[in-house]
Amino acid sequence: MKYLDEYRDDKIARALLDDIARIVTRPWTLMEVCGGQTHTLIRQGIDQLLPPEVELVHGPGCPVCVTPLALIDEAIAIAKRDDTIVCSFGDMLRVPGSAEDLFMARAAGGDVRVVYSPLDALEIARRNPAKTVVFFAVGFETTAPANAMAVKLAKDLGVSNFALLVAHVLVPPAIMAILVSPGNRVQGFLAPGHVCAIQGWTEYEPIARDFGVPIVVTGFEPLDLLEGIRMAVTQLEEGRAEVENQYVRTVVREGNTAALRVVDEVFETCDRAWRGIGVIPRSGLRLREVYRQHDAEVRFPRAAGAPASESEICIAGEVLRGRAKPHDCPAFGTLCTPEMPLGAPMVSSEGACAAYYLAGRRREEVTA
Amino acid sequence: MCLGVPGKVVEVFEQDGIRMGTVDFGGITRTACLEYAPEVDVGSWVVIHVGFAISVVDEEEAARSYALLAEMGNLEDIDLPQDADGVRAEHYRPKAAP
Repeated sequence: MKYLDEYRDDKIARALLDDIARIVTRPWTLMEVCGGQTHTLIRQGIDQLLPPEVELVHGPGCPVCVTPLALIDEAIAIAKRDDTIVCSFGDMLRVPGSAEDLFMARAAGGDVRVVYSPLDALEIARRNPAKTVVFFAVGFETTAPANAMAVKLAKDLGVSNFALLVAHVLVPPAIMAILVSPGNRVQGFLAPGHVCAIQGWTEYEPIARDFGVPIVVTGFEPLDLLEGIRMAVTQLEEGRAEVENQYVRTVVREGNTAALRVVDEVFETCDRAWRGIGVIPRSGLRLREVYRQHDAEVRFPRAAGAPASESEICIAGEVLRGRAKPHDCPAFGTLCTPEMPLGAPMVSSEGACAAYYLAGRRREEVTA
Repeated sequence: MCLGVPGKVVEVFEQDGIRMGTVDFGGITRTACLEYAPEVDVGSWVVIHVGFAISVVDEEEAARSYALLAEMGNLEDIDLPQDADGVRAEHYRPKAAP
């Protein structure tokens, strides 16, 4: 397909790999933030083709993985009511809550539906006026404009039975939390291309400057990733720390101003807990006061009890911060698999643990 | 989660007061909201995420960046896939190494 196939050419990939090997003179650690990028890097084995000096660690950029346990429990509790329909992107259904997941809530009679777009959830609300339709609004900056438009339309069209359970998170505060965390090894970042398609990259400029880290806005195809890595390594070798844009065909510095206007009209920033990491100040979005009647947490206050504690074996928090690789976990591939996940990064195909597992990376192979 | 797929706008219409469109992804079409891509029209390439156009593909930049990449791959006889109808991309893919 156009704008996909061209960026999967193996001969160019080889030339880029040779170029990276030629440039690099000492060890560097880069983090790709986005789970979609992690998935492509591991699936294509790009991390194993890079020269040994370049290490990739995987970031927290899987919104499904970092949605806190308490909100999953909340969605499950709402789904079990007779007067509700819970709509969600498919990935969320198997994320383990304290005792069960949304699939189990559906099996127990709850009305849980998988949708492709928040506008589909809005349409379900219009067709089911006797039910409250709750859309589980999970995602980064990329998804916020879509969810904002759904709730704005609900208000404008008077669809009063439509509500959002908001779990939105933001990338720059997470990057800063990683940079200030003790033992941080990350020296450069591949910034998520589609997040920046919305948000632009002005927020990343002070981070690059203040922390002295190169940040390269990068696309999602194999050649995009290789070129992004080459640009970051070049900066590190030259002692530069700037924001550069690899994904020029899609991203401009100011981002998508039409989308940002609607996001700002509907949402405001708030502190948010990230599963496995903890609360990061001003790292989330919540509905503004004027949209309160469409806020599921206002409509169904404390629908769930206090969340149970996470698995004691699972090291998801370390994996999400780039401090450990999935196969460093004693449960990886044995007690924890995509069929029976202990932690969220094993659930979503974009979670680092699932990416390693699905690519056949096993502990014994890695340590051998 | 932040998956975005490039597609071509083949129809533009209004629904509930907002700008919508039909987008073609290599033969499969889907309805998408074009409210965040006000400048696009029939024939534009957009990146679609959860039913919304989040970005317009800059075709000149795409051709230019691919040309730079192709140059470093020392590819011979390469024709850039800069067609508007999208079907030539496959046809004009760089020749495989002998």
